[in-house]
Parts: sequence; C-alpha cells; structure tokens
Amino acid sequence: MNIWDKTHECMSRDELEQLQLERLQATVNRVYKNVTHYRKIFNDKGIIAENIRSLSDLAKIPFTVKDDLRINYPYGMFAVPLREVVRIHSSSGTTSKPIVMGYTKNDIKIWSNLVARFMTSAGVTHDDVVQITFRYGLFTGAFGVHYGAEAIGASVIPMGTGNTDKQIMIMQDYKTTALVSTSSYAIALAERIEQLCIDPKSLSLKLGLFGGEPWSEKMRAEIENRLFLSATDNYGVSEVIGPGVAGECSCKKGMHIYEDAFIPEIIDPETGAVLPAGSEGELVLTTLTREAFPMIRYRTGDITSLDYSPCECGRTLVRMKKIMRRSDDMLIVRGVNIFPSQIEDALFSVAQGKTPYQIIVERKGAMDSMEIVVEITDKIFSLELQKQRSFLEAIKKRIASVTGINVDVRLVESKSILRQNGKISRILDKRDI
Amino acid sequence: MLKIKNINTYYGQAQALKNVSMHLTEGEIVTLIGANGAGKTTLLNSLSGVVPPRSGQIFFNDVTINNLAAHQIVRMGISQVPEGRQVFKPISVEDNLELGAYLHHKMLGGSDEVKKNKEMVYDLFPILKERRKQFAGTLSGGEQQMLAIGRAFMAKPKLMLLDEPSMGLAPMITQEIFRVIENLSKRKKTTILLVEQNARAALKMANRGYVLDNGHMILEGTAAELLDNKEVQRAYLGKDKKEIWER
Repeated sequence: MNIWDKTHECMSRDELEQLQLERLQATVNRVYKNVTHYRKIFNDKGIIAENIRSLSDLAKIPFTVKDDLRINYPYGMFAVPLREVVRIHSSSGTTSKPIVMGYTKNDIKIWSNLVARFMTSAGVTHDDVVQITFRYGLFTGAFGVHYGAEAIGASVIPMGTGNTDKQIMIMQDYKTTALVSTSSYAIALAERIEQLCIDPKSLSLKLGLFGGEPWSEKMRAEIENRLFLSATDNYGVSEVIGPGVAGECSCKKGMHIYEDAFIPEIIDPETGAVLPAGSEGELVLTTLTREAFPMIRYRTGDITSLDYSPCECGRTLVRMKKIMRRSDDMLIVRGVNIFPSQIEDALFSVAQGKTPYQIIVERKGAMDSMEIVVEITDKIFSLELQKQRSFLEAIKKRIASVTGINVDVRLVESKSILRQNGKISRILDKRDI
Repeated sequence: MLKIKNINTYYGQAQALKNVSMHLTEGEIVTLIGANGAGKTTLLNSLSGVVPPRSGQIFFNDVTINNLAAHQIVRMGISQVPEGRQVFKPISVEDNLELGAYLHHKMLGGSDEVKKNKEMVYDLFPILKERRKQFAGTLSGGEQQMLAIGRAFMAKPKLMLLDEPSMGLAPMITQEIFRVIENLSKRKKTTILLVEQNARAALKMANRGYVLDNGHMILEGTAAELLDNKEVQRAYLGKDKKEIWER
C-alpha cells in the first residue's frame, strides 16, 4: 500500500498534536498580524492569540462563515499582499458575487502534495494515465487534481468537462488508467460506453477518483461494476484549498483528513457547540499551512462524523464519513455548488420584483438537471409572447452567468406551485442518490 | 526529541517569549529565524536553563526539563554555544576544551573519555590541535567560534544549541563553520537548533525552520517552504520591502 507522505500521514497522535498546536499558534499569530477581519474579531471578542494554548482552545475563536468572505470581497481575507499571490480561484457565494481565494507559490506546492496523497492512496502511481474531466477555470477541482497527478509523475490528460464521445475516444486511444470526475459523470460515461457498444473491459481503466458531489455506496457499486475500476471518494472545500482535504484509502472506510494541514471539528449546526468525537454534525476546518488564504474555523456546511479508530492502511489520520447532506440549503448540481439565494437574486433582478418560484432538481439518467418554475404574474401575463420568451431567456442567461450551469426555466399558471401553509418550499430535490 | 509547549519567558517585567511551542526530531537541523529582539536567543536560553521560562513546558526525550538548573540540563545532553563565542581567553585552547568536559568528566570519573572526545574535536577542527597550547584569546574570530563549538561538543551533547555562530566572521570562515555544523549533524548524529543572522545560509542547511516575530511564533515549515515564503524573504532574507496592495 503506497503512502505519499509517510512522515505526516503516519505520525503518532502525540507528535501530530504537537505539530498541529505549533502550526495553529503560528496561524493565529499570523492572521492577527495580517488579516484585518481576524484582527477586528479578536479585538472585539477580547481574544488574545497567547490564550490559544491547546487544540481545544480553538473553540474560543468564532467561526468564519461564507458571509465573512462575502463582506471581505474580493481580497479582504488575504493574508499576503496581492503581488505575492500567484493564483486566484473562486467559488460560489450566497449572492451573485463569488468568493475569491488566493494561493502563493508555496500554497500551490503544498496543495499539489495534499492532492498527491489521496491520489496515491487511491492507487495512482507515476505509471498511470490520468484523465481529468473537471472544468478548468475558476473552480479549484481540475487544477488541484492536475497538480497532484503531476507531482506523482502520472501522465495527465486535461480534458475538462463535456464532449462525452470524445472523452471516450481518448479514454480508449490514450489508454486512460485513472478517471477523475464526478460520480454522476462516471455513470453517464458508463451509459454512453454501453450505447456505443464498447466493451468496458477493453478499456485500460483501473481507478476512478470521484469528488465534487455526494455519492452513495450504491453508486460506488454501480460504477465499479459497469466500468471495471476501483472507485474511491475524496473531499475538498474550495474556501480552504480545493480538493486535497481528505481522501479514501484502499480500505474504502472513510476519508482520511490531512490533519497536519487542517484541524477538523464537528459542531452542532444549530448551537455551534463542539460535539464529542464520533458524533454527527457540521464539519468545521482550520487551515494550518495556508499562506495566502488562511481560514480559522471555517464552517463547511457539510454534515459528517469523524472516526479516530486506527485504519488498516497504516495511516494514523482521522477518517471522515462520506458527505451525504448539508447543514444549509446549498445544492450540488453536476458537481457545482449552488445557493438558492443566488438563483433568487438572478430571478428577481430580471423580473424586477418578487415572483413566486420553485427550484426543481432531478437526476435524469445519470445527470442532474435543474428547472426553475416561475408562476406567471399579471405583469408577465401582460407581456407579448415574444417578450415572455425573451424574459425566460434573460433569466436563463443570468442564472448561467452567476452559477455556471444551464437551467431550464418554465412559466406556470398563477398559484399552481404546491403550497404548504401558504408557503412554497423553494427547493424540490427529487434526486435519490 | 525536544518538545516545547506554550513557554513564556520574561526579563523582569518584559515578556520576551509569548506562548511559544516548537519541537525537534532526533537528527534534525532546525533553524530559528527572526529580527533582532524577536526572542531567538531568549528561546535558546530558556532551553538551556540560563533564563528559565516562567510558564510552559519543555520535554527532552519525554522528561520535563523546564524546572531544571542549567548544569542539570547539560547533563541531560543539551549544550549551548553562546552568542559571541565567550571562550575563556586567558587559558589555553586545550584547557578550554577540558572545561567543556567538566561535568562529563565528573560523571564518568575518567579522563580516558575526555581524551577521546578531545581527539574527536581535534579531528573536526584540525586547526585547534595546531593551536592547542595557545591562549584562546590569541585565536582569530573563526577559530574562537570553532573552539566554542568544540567546547560544547566535549560534553557529548545529543542536542546542540548554536547562537549566531557566523556573527562577525568573514564569508569564507562562515562557510567553514557551516560545514562543521553539517558534519556534527551528519557524522556525529547531533541534533541541532541553530539561530543565525544569515537566514538564507541557515535555511539551506536546515531541515525545518521556525519564524519568531516579537516573541510570537508566526511560521513553521520545511526549510524549502520558508525559503520560498515571501514574508520570510521580505523580512529576513533581505528581498523586497513590504508593500500592501491598494484596495
């Protein structure tokens, strides 16, 4: 069983906790010195960096939430001057403005090595041909995996998203051995491969590394049986680094969190109280090695639990359960994070006012689809047909530009969306993962 | 091997170290970087018991040493090479070395061991052998530094604390001193904590480093990471000056 960074992945608890404490204290001192947001919070709450004397003292510091990142848009949370940042990525915010993350040269190097850890634990070596089907661009996914695969020395095919037939052709001809995608896209690929009457056994695939969206053991079995590969899960959060926070080993019993780089906590999403080991709750992460964009107690919104029991693979790192739900209303559609508030913003600004609507998410075949159902109002009703059509187009365009995915928009009769106690539930998620 | 947790050290009312934590693994060379007055020497003095910390814990091979006296700490296997060498100038090189073995000699009760160690030091620094009968005060700066290191080595330390060994030395001599430190680490398996003005050279030799700022630890990382860290470059490696982007 291969381990990329034995020193840090197999440390004794005692050594690990000492290293975490040192790095935590250094991070706290550094954000106090360099990030206005944290200096203000520490001063307001009377927190002195010197009072962080143990890992449990971390709970004295308030959480960092998405709203903090929104208020400090774009560069307010950076801990280094912009000229030292070599990369900028962004992720979905709760409004039309995204969240902006920066990376220094060292951050990129550290990131590559963290990704190399889960890729190695999934079985990737320098002999592999890795096909990456994430979107290259502002999202962290593709670049993170790309760097990790290069660090290992694998041959990387930077495919990007879409064009399934070409993906399959390249998979056949270039002899791809490791597929990096969302789990739902893996199933879509499997379906298309069958349609094209290609024997999946004739492909060279042996590993599948899936992340970016929740997926079940049922899906794992399906992907493994249809594509004849070993499927592993990995976990990332754009705001703390991207992919490379945690990943499954070949035991496939939870994802090892790279605790020398991140301190995980599980909290009660309602009260914010830290829950004892093993409880289910919201995952909160503190970065220990980030230079440009350190995060103290960032609320990920992901619900999971932590397992500190030793793993057969030899890694001493804690394992987190697969993420199956969120503590907030964020939707993950085709691996893209979307907040309903983003959609509402877009819709209301085009409609120039409040309009009853509902977001319907479905999984048709393997792929997710999203539909916005908008009730006709007198104002819309009075428009000519032509204008109604361009109104729908405008909504589609606006939503696509904010969220990055295409949605369907449909007008329905007034009062036709089901109401409960007079209220429309904003989201109807019909997916059964 | 060495583990420090939350130490606070004061000079009278003035707090020089604020909640500092760090560790050293056996065989490592770790360097401590920071501006003048950041607390680097204080940290070494806290470890060696010269200025004991007021609070916090220091473990050396799992034994608490923060409440031990300096001579007890030397006996545990930690030797300090002080800033500015501080060799005993009016006595000979050889006598200086033997003084370094004083505790060791008392413990083992034999002079054979001392002789053996002395030969080892002469092997490391042939120039000291040549000058063994000279008064230490007549040595050049570089030679005095070698003597100071050799003297500390006479106690056969497991961990050596070196404070600014290149201070005031010509670049050529500095290089030689650094070669010796590397030798102590590689050949003699001595673990080394190095405080150095010449941060770049120290980082090039070290495995890891820590950055102290105003008594606070603000960075821990591999030497390569610290060399690439712009904040370190700006503040301690003499590259650029600090500029904040315009909002």
